[in-house]
Amino acid sequence: MRTNDPLDVLVIGAGVSGASIARKLSAYELDVALVDKECDVSFGTSKSNSGIIHGGFHHSVRHLKARLEIRGNAMFDQLHKELGFPFRRCGILVVATHSDEMKVIGQLYAQGVENGSVGIEMCSRERMLELEPKLSPDVLGGLHAPSGGIIEPYRFVFCLVESARRNGVQLHTDFKVAAGTFDGASWLVRAEDGRSLRARYVVNAAGLFADEVSRAFQAEEIPLTPRKGEYFLLDRSTPACPARVLFPVPSHNSKGVLVIPTVEGTVLVGPTAKDIHDKTDLSTTAEELEKIFDYAKRLVPRVSQGDVITSFAGLRPVLKDEDFFIDFSSVVPQLIQVAGIQSPGLTASPAVGEYVKDLLRKAGVALTEKKTFDPFIEQVPRLREAGPWEAESLIQADPRYGNVVCRCEKVSEAEIVAAIRKGHTTMDGIKYFTRAGMGRCQGGFCTSRILKILTRETGMAPERITKKGRESFLLRGRL
Amino acid sequence: MDAAVVGGGAAGMAAALEIRKRGARACIIERDDELGGILLQCIHNGFGLHEYKEDLTGPEYAERAVRGVGEAGIAVFTRTTVGEITANGAARELTCYSADHGVMRIFARAAVLAMGCRERNRGNLRIPGSRPAGVYTAGLVQRLVNMEGYIPGRDVVIIGSGDIGLIMARRLQWLGCRVHAVVEIMPYPSGLTRNIVQCLNDFSIPLYLSHVVSRIHGVDRVEGLDVTPIRNGAPDPAGQFHIACDTILLSVGLIPENELSKTAGVLITPETNGPVVDATMMTSVDGIFATGNVLHVHDLVDNVSDESRLTGGFVADYLSGTRPARQVRVKPGSNVRYVNPSRVDPGRGNRLYLRPLIVKNKAELAVRAENRQLRRVVLNHVQPSEMISLTLRERDMTDLSPDAVLEVSLS
Repeated sequence: MRTNDPLDVLVIGAGVSGASIARKLSAYELDVALVDKECDVSFGTSKSNSGIIHGGFHHSVRHLKARLEIRGNAMFDQLHKELGFPFRRCGILVVATHSDEMKVIGQLYAQGVENGSVGIEMCSRERMLELEPKLSPDVLGGLHAPSGGIIEPYRFVFCLVESARRNGVQLHTDFKVAAGTFDGASWLVRAEDGRSLRARYVVNAAGLFADEVSRAFQAEEIPLTPRKGEYFLLDRSTPACPARVLFPVPSHNSKGVLVIPTVEGTVLVGPTAKDIHDKTDLSTTAEELEKIFDYAKRLVPRVSQGDVITSFAGLRPVLKDEDFFIDFSSVVPQLIQVAGIQSPGLTASPAVGEYVKDLLRKAGVALTEKKTFDPFIEQVPRLREAGPWEAESLIQADPRYGNVVCRCEKVSEAEIVAAIRKGHTTMDGIKYFTRAGMGRCQGGFCTSRILKILTRETGMAPERITKKGRESFLLRGRL
Repeated sequence: MDAAVVGGGAAGMAAALEIRKRGARACIIERDDELGGILLQCIHNGFGLHEYKEDLTGPEYAERAVRGVGEAGIAVFTRTTVGEITANGAARELTCYSADHGVMRIFARAAVLAMGCRERNRGNLRIPGSRPAGVYTAGLVQRLVNMEGYIPGRDVVIIGSGDIGLIMARRLQWLGCRVHAVVEIMPYPSGLTRNIVQCLNDFSIPLYLSHVVSRIHGVDRVEGLDVTPIRNGAPDPAGQFHIACDTILLSVGLIPENELSKTAGVLITPETNGPVVDATMMTSVDGIFATGNVLHVHDLVDNVSDESRLTGGFVADYLSGTRPARQVRVKPGSNVRYVNPSRVDPGRGNRLYLRPLIVKNKAELAVRAENRQLRRVVLNHVQPSEMISLTLRERDMTDLSPDAVLEVSLS
């Protein structure tokens, strides 16, 4: 690894913010590296969130996060064309069930109009039930934001990183930043395992760990609080799947428990919002899970615990003022802080990339557009999306498309191999890329088959294969 | 093709063999590399006591059926997954995927659903805690150990007292792993008594009845779990204790795998999670039959073979144009969870399969209709984990009115 010839920009954190920034910078004549402490990208907060492209009405434009949300939302159609991640503008409904909530709906509407939320409308009870017949009969009215949508967040990050790498960005995984030292011209960034990278500019997009990274650079204290959100995933056979994302009327610290039709046909209910202390605590709790169903049933009465296929938790990195903090460090030179990226961070991410690019430009970094920049990435055809004729030609071209490895989500061996070739060599990485193991049997059938393919394709010993990197080994030995 | 059988396990093979024996042409479609289904990973013994009057291992039991299939000249498509079934006039159309044949369409006059079942998993139970590596369903571990030769972990706790979990407790203990406990939420075990004795008691593995796993710990790999006793119907946190382990097995029940059945529009009942079938094991869709664990979860493979042979016979009848003149509805009465099939043929007699809701010695099983008792049997012992089968003879069902409803109850 080179340490003498410094990079132009080093981005720390390959979540949705870091990936968007790296991809944006890859369009310019710059040497860029993206590093992450995990063994794959999108393994932190970006993998466990609601997967929503927000409609631009929840926050006032006084907040940076609202301005970036509005701008980011508008950028998704183009990104979708270029990168092909699962995305659909299904629209958002905010559901009022008490008369005092209608006042809040009015405020959200006014805010949405001011923010330029395209097509936003106030809805009567009848209009709400027409838009979503599965809503509770208790609905009194609400808000409809057709510009809102749904996305597979990890697939989005995978696509961004793939595109960035295609355009010259280096990716270093398992790179946990230990220290940054400035020599007057550039930063020397050392990883815990001894690797190091030198860069003129560093972007701290370390999500939940942006506070620790800032400390490693002797920069300002970033007081982050992890706010836990727990979710349930319901099987695609549930009768509770709505056509649009359903929000309750928001509270002071969260947008509430939602009922979300995922872009891949399952249903997500959650999240809760609870401030905690331990950043590694991704556990789910019995109490919060009970709450989720109480709340979700108020929106859609047919939401049922019987349809649950899994549950999980994610942590939002929250700053005191609840806003994003994106700016140059006021303590050390040539370090850009991207912190407090909680909701609507996913929606805002393309705009965050642009915003950071503009900060660099203002700081005097020469940004010359790369003539060879290719915004597109290679698409992996999916067996479950193929009709019989298409499937036939896929199998003709690659017989491994005829070997169905995951029956619940109809994933073929060819897709598993594609995931591995793209660098996703853990069970979770393969799952997020292909959906294998994400369905109703939760890997009961496909785990042993994927293990076999992984060993064959990578030459790794089966005992070295992990669920999600580090010490998360699947097996303890052989007979 | 006369009949296409989906699934090459015990059920599919028995059904196909019977269809062939009766002179019709049958094929089996199997997604794995070879026939045998889950039997192949069940290398313990105890199979075939009824079917062959011998004590066989799973692979030995499977081998006999596989040999029969080969000798009968039944067409077998392995490494082939059926993606969809549609009823197309007189033909059932099966869309199959395989690396060797591409997208293959099989047209058959009858289709037999014999896909078996899947295991309930952590998500279905909603066990709180973290999500580390090392949480497996028991059947997956059985495959990893017995077929792939892997050791999943060293210190094991098993959640649920289903048979596969019990069998794996013994298997892992033999491997040198330490099985620290089996935790069962119900006050009685859900596996067979012989397995409690042979797999737990013989190895001094503690069985915690009326206990629930309240939390799973571990960041990368499982580090342990919390167990809470159930007292007076609710978890009692005061009695909670911790067990350190690196592996958790779930043996908490099986769910008939009917996603494919749904593509054909087959009606599924929540009582069994399997299709509703008539006196001839035919589902709500004409020409589509269901048998074995896809219909309802059995505890013995011998019963699966027996049931599926009958189903194969019904399929052959259907192919030759023979249908029951009339059918009478059957429903579960008191202390019975479900009865399969949901109709009987009074002109011919019928085998019934049912699950009790109660544990009882000297239980009385009664079939009643129109204020009279058609059949009464006293059973030595009944419990929910053991399926009951009962044959209703033609003479038991004489003089039934067309809208009679048979009620099967236990007391």
